[in-house]
Amino acid sequence: MSTKKEQVFQWLDERFQLSPLIEFMRHKMVPIHRHTIWYYMGGVSLFLFIVQLFTGILLLLYYQPGEDSAYESIRFIMNKVPFGWLFRSIHSWGANLFIFFIFVHMFSTYFTAAYRKPRELTWVTGFILLLLAMGFGFSGYLLPWNELAFFATKVGTDIAGVVPLIGDAIKIVLRGGPDVTGATLTRFYAFHIALIPAIFTIFLGIHLLFVQRQGMHEPESVANMPADRKKMIPFFPNFLLRDVFAWLIVLNLVLFLSVFFPWEIGVKADPFVPAPAGIRPEWFFMFMFQALKWIPPHILGMEGEVLGVLAFAIAALAWMLVPFWEIRSRSTGKLKPMVLIGLFALFFIIVMTIIGYAV
Amino acid sequence: MTYKIGLWLVAAFVPLTVATAQDVPDNLANDECVVCHVDLEALPEGFLMDNVHMKEGLSCVGCHGGDARSDDEEIAHSGNFVGIPEATDVPQLCGNCHSDLRIMRRYQPSASTDQVSQYYTSVHGEKLQQGDLMVAECASCHTSHAILPATDGRSSVHPLNVPGMCNQCHGDADYMAGYGIRTNQYRDYAKSVHGVALLERQDTGSPACNDCHGNHGAMPPGVDAIEYVCGMCHVNNAEFFHETNMARAFNEEELHGCEECHGIHDVSKTTLEMVGVGDESVCTACHDEGDDGYRVAEEMYAQLTALVSAQDSARVLAEEVHRIGMDDLDISYLQREANQSLITARTLVHTFDPAKTGEVTTVGIETARDAVELARSEIEAFGFRRLGFGVATLFITILTVALFFKIREIESVKDS
Repeated sequence: MSTKKEQVFQWLDERFQLSPLIEFMRHKMVPIHRHTIWYYMGGVSLFLFIVQLFTGILLLLYYQPGEDSAYESIRFIMNKVPFGWLFRSIHSWGANLFIFFIFVHMFSTYFTAAYRKPRELTWVTGFILLLLAMGFGFSGYLLPWNELAFFATKVGTDIAGVVPLIGDAIKIVLRGGPDVTGATLTRFYAFHIALIPAIFTIFLGIHLLFVQRQGMHEPESVANMPADRKKMIPFFPNFLLRDVFAWLIVLNLVLFLSVFFPWEIGVKADPFVPAPAGIRPEWFFMFMFQALKWIPPHILGMEGEVLGVLAFAIAALAWMLVPFWEIRSRSTGKLKPMVLIGLFALFFIIVMTIIGYAV
Repeated sequence: MTYKIGLWLVAAFVPLTVATAQDVPDNLANDECVVCHVDLEALPEGFLMDNVHMKEGLSCVGCHGGDARSDDEEIAHSGNFVGIPEATDVPQLCGNCHSDLRIMRRYQPSASTDQVSQYYTSVHGEKLQQGDLMVAECASCHTSHAILPATDGRSSVHPLNVPGMCNQCHGDADYMAGYGIRTNQYRDYAKSVHGVALLERQDTGSPACNDCHGNHGAMPPGVDAIEYVCGMCHVNNAEFFHETNMARAFNEEELHGCEECHGIHDVSKTTLEMVGVGDESVCTACHDEGDDGYRVAEEMYAQLTALVSAQDSARVLAEEVHRIGMDDLDISYLQREANQSLITARTLVHTFDPAKTGEVTTVGIETARDAVELARSEIEAFGFRRLGFGVATLFITILTVALFFKIREIESVKDS
């Protein structure tokens, strides 16, 4: 005689065919080797996205977009709403860690060449998710309507405006008019809480589906090992528990940062005062911002800034399409062309970011 | 071909060079005085084409007479042509329009038309009538050909320009030699609280020369009028002072109301040390140890410094609250309230009544203490948050360690 639990399961299984899914999870294996640590980066990014979703919904209960209410409502959340300070700080710190871990996940995928067949589209969807996450950051930065965010948005949308032919149109669409105003704030709010999450969720679903279907990638050195020397563990529950282990560490880190370094509110934006010194974008845009600052005003008869924006657009497109143009080398040394390209990109991002903050 | 390009370039730039010189505006295109003088580049020194008269179509003939319809110099400079008017005639000449309400209301319905009559009551006006051509008449301050509204930053009578303009004569020792008046007013004024506000911070709410001495009726305020002059802005201070025994004693001694403690042109920013009996005290200039005034000064100083000290405590804690990212909004409101008490108490100093100042400083001290309490509770709350984090992190750490052992257990079973 079957128990009540089994009866419920049977009822559901008849209707939704759950057994094959459970079978799939039971048999899904994850390789364990010296590069396994990089497998957790995607999981940590996913965890931080869930944290963002949860804290974002809580902030939505009190946040009021608008020139006269956005800053005040954030202040209210930070000072009056029980635990509002905690959730707002977690949301801000979580956002930064979220993008940081996506970058780590992306570079670990790149250097272990996990983008190769059959994972080309997993890589492409992952890169799109990074762009969307940066869009989350850019749109969310303005929402407190403080001075730094206001002028950084002005500079950021100005940069979008230099794109040839369509730049002005992009700028107007982003700003909701020729200038950064209350209309921009409403627009960014809509991007941040509706448009980007909707698109992000779709790409995240596809990305996770691909990962589940294709399993974990084995780096070349592991793949070439004899089968008896390879160590595998079941995804459920072993790897999932390891994931949760990493998530708990990250949760502790976010809590620590939020309690000891609460995210500042800053000074309320005033469109009529001149831009204060030290206006800069968020750290993940800094390398582009710094590079654009250094580009000469004119290069080969073209405006330097236009050329810079075009160069970044081409570089981003090339990076997204890496699986389709990868330079394969027969050299056995470690410094293969793709590794060199990756190291250059990493070096460029890190150095430019450091210079951006130091100058 | 090349010379043609050159000609085109010359043709393109010639009109530009003419346009950058004084250009004849459309409303004066038929005024031969303007057209001819512009053409000959024979405009008076400092001439501004967009001066208020030219803009309204009152051209050269309005003041100089002659015939603006003729381009013949002889005809143009005939009839009632007066050339350069005599200085003694200038007030009346300006008054022809500016004293006529029917004319002036067309341009400025609310404009006063008593400038000329006021002028003749001033020292300048009186001396001009006596034939002294060195004193200021209308054009001395307003200029002859660059007359602009006082609201225009370029105007010689814009508040920011008034002190410098008056100083052109009043700061010139040689020029003022025959009048027996000092020439250090601008120097004193520039470093005063009023001068710094106006000249450095460009705060046009701060008084310039004309705000105390009058505009057209300019003359030194009388000895008994100084407190009224200061009282135009410092209303409460003047009112409180006026009702005290001190004011009556000052009058009997023919001492100047505000000037005795604050100075005239060199009015400096007031400090708490002006009250009391210390080195910077103004009270001890008249009061000696043991008299009532000395005691009152000591008492008021103690009240004010007690309030400032309470405010300092609140400020230090409020900065700490802000630094640690806690709620400092209500604390800042209380700080503002306490500061308002200080401002009121400092104004009430002019009653020379410690009971009145004490009442306000007591309220201020209580408010500052409330701010201190609130700041302390916020700092405690921050401590509570850290404790909360400690508990949470302990819980999460235990969970993490437990998970670690669970993973090891599962994997060791599998391995075996």
